Amino acid sequence: MPLLRIEKMTHYFGGLRAVHNYDLEIESGQVRGLIGPNGAGKTTVFDLITGIYRPTQGEIIFDGREIVGLKPHQIASMGLGRTFQNLLLWRYMTVLEHVKMACYSKISYGLIGAFFGTPRCHREEGENENKAYRLLEMMGVGDFADQVVPNLPYGAQRRVEMARALAIEPKILLLDEPTAGMNPEELIQMMEIIRRIHEELGLAIFLIEHRMRVVMELCEIIQTLVFGEVIARGTPEEIQNNPKVIDAYLGKEAVV
Amino acid sequence: MSPEPALLKEQGANEMLFFFQNLINALQWGSFYALIALGYSMVYSILMLFNFAHGDIFMVGAYIGFGVSSGLIALAAWGGVAAPNWLILMLTIIFSMFLTSFVGMAVERIAYRPLRAAPRASAAITGLMIGMIMETGNLALLGARRVSFPALIEAVTYNMGGVFVTNKKIMIVLVSFLLMIALHQFVGRTRWGMAMRAMAFDYVVVPLMGVPLNTMAAMTFAIGSSLAAAAGILFGIAYPVLDPYMGILIGWKAFVAAILGGRGSVMGAALAGFLMGFIEIFVAMIFPSTLRDLIAYSIILLILVFRPHGFFGEPYSARLRL
Repeated sequence: MPLLRIEKMTHYFGGLRAVHNYDLEIESGQVRGLIGPNGAGKTTVFDLITGIYRPTQGEIIFDGREIVGLKPHQIASMGLGRTFQNLLLWRYMTVLEHVKMACYSKISYGLIGAFFGTPRCHREEGENENKAYRLLEMMGVGDFADQVVPNLPYGAQRRVEMARALAIEPKILLLDEPTAGMNPEELIQMMEIIRRIHEELGLAIFLIEHRMRVVMELCEIIQTLVFGEVIARGTPEEIQNNPKVIDAYLGKEAVV
Repeated sequence: MSPEPALLKEQGANEMLFFFQNLINALQWGSFYALIALGYSMVYSILMLFNFAHGDIFMVGAYIGFGVSSGLIALAAWGGVAAPNWLILMLTIIFSMFLTSFVGMAVERIAYRPLRAAPRASAAITGLMIGMIMETGNLALLGARRVSFPALIEAVTYNMGGVFVTNKKIMIVLVSFLLMIALHQFVGRTRWGMAMRAMAFDYVVVPLMGVPLNTMAAMTFAIGSSLAAAAGILFGIAYPVLDPYMGILIGWKAFVAAILGGRGSVMGAALAGFLMGFIEIFVAMIFPSTLRDLIAYSIILLILVFRPHGFFGEPYSARLRL
């Protein structure tokens, strides 16, 4: 049974059809890519999966459970992690706090425990802190742990966001243009990190990307979304040679 | 051997004593403002909205304190237990903070949650109306009479080298400091405090980290309201006459303190609360007391003209921070 299955998902913003009859299946440990021109509805697909919007029609089954209608924090706690196209980090908080914050749903002690500093509270806080350091090390930003985010170079901020997404202990990670705005050097680092996450943690990854090179190298199967509809799906080679995809990207003529 | 130098020295000493005497009064008033201002600031930072019912929550807190302490005294008398007054006071503060936190959560649930996506001005007006409902509701419930807060602390005045300090004032300032330190720890170290600071940035990422937004909004109101309740009880101990409109003026002043401290700043709200206490008391020390607010608030207006974002504020930002 697939980890994430989406069937005939359609979403309207008022009268505008943003996503139409979208299907997807990802088994655990697989890497899938979603490409498409600007405004095709890629980020909307992510927003629908993570519960920010509720799809007008269709169903989303995650980990054997229907998640349409659940609140975003419930879906996230089930093990669905996500990063954002335009880095959404919290400016006054340290790098370590970003990652510890994401452990929120993994903490079981309550207000009273926190007030009296019970052993369980100390133990859990300690575990979280260790986990946070481990993730930051893995992302290569361990040295920045006590810095506030604006002090970090852009590439490092992206990796903090990645560590934060991993801290909720996801089964699947949705990455929204993880290499947007990166220079070639940062790009290579990021691809290396995504590969490591996939191999070492065995996570399923669903990736939106603009840069063909990244998707082509990382993903086994790619979907192409144009005006909210999947016009092609297949291996990187198949997609690269698909005339519909070429048309959509080069804009020779409108294809829908 | 002219008497003048001695006289001058005496006068100088008197002025020093006078100064310290007022310093203690300023700390007391600063405590009230700071405790209330913290509630304004915290709610603002996560909802982008000043809860204009907050002054009235202070009033409700004072009345709840009145009810709880009267109840405890009656209970102790009925049970024939000789409960010491300090114990009753402590229990009163704890129970009243707890009960008033539900008032705050109810206000959030009824008046603000349905309007979360509405224009901020509509939500602010809703807050004003909730405040009026609390005032008039209190009038309807208890009638147009003032109630006296039970005298739980028998006033003892200490003479500290010529400065007269009452045990009430010491207690008020101490309790306020303790609460502020507790809040600082809470916001800085616990997962809920972190979630509140993160929520001050966005409503998009925070839930995706597994944090329930509504729970956090309710908790923010609960904390702000319980601090206001503590302020209400401490106020009732210093000035034992309660009336339904007691929260209006002090609420507005604490609101000014929240702005002066810099919206969203925990430390700023507390410091600005004390600063306002100092400005008010020392203006009254120099000028006739009828001019106190006129001059004090002109000074604060001037400060804000030059620092429109307050002491710890930032342009275009009101994020919760320490």
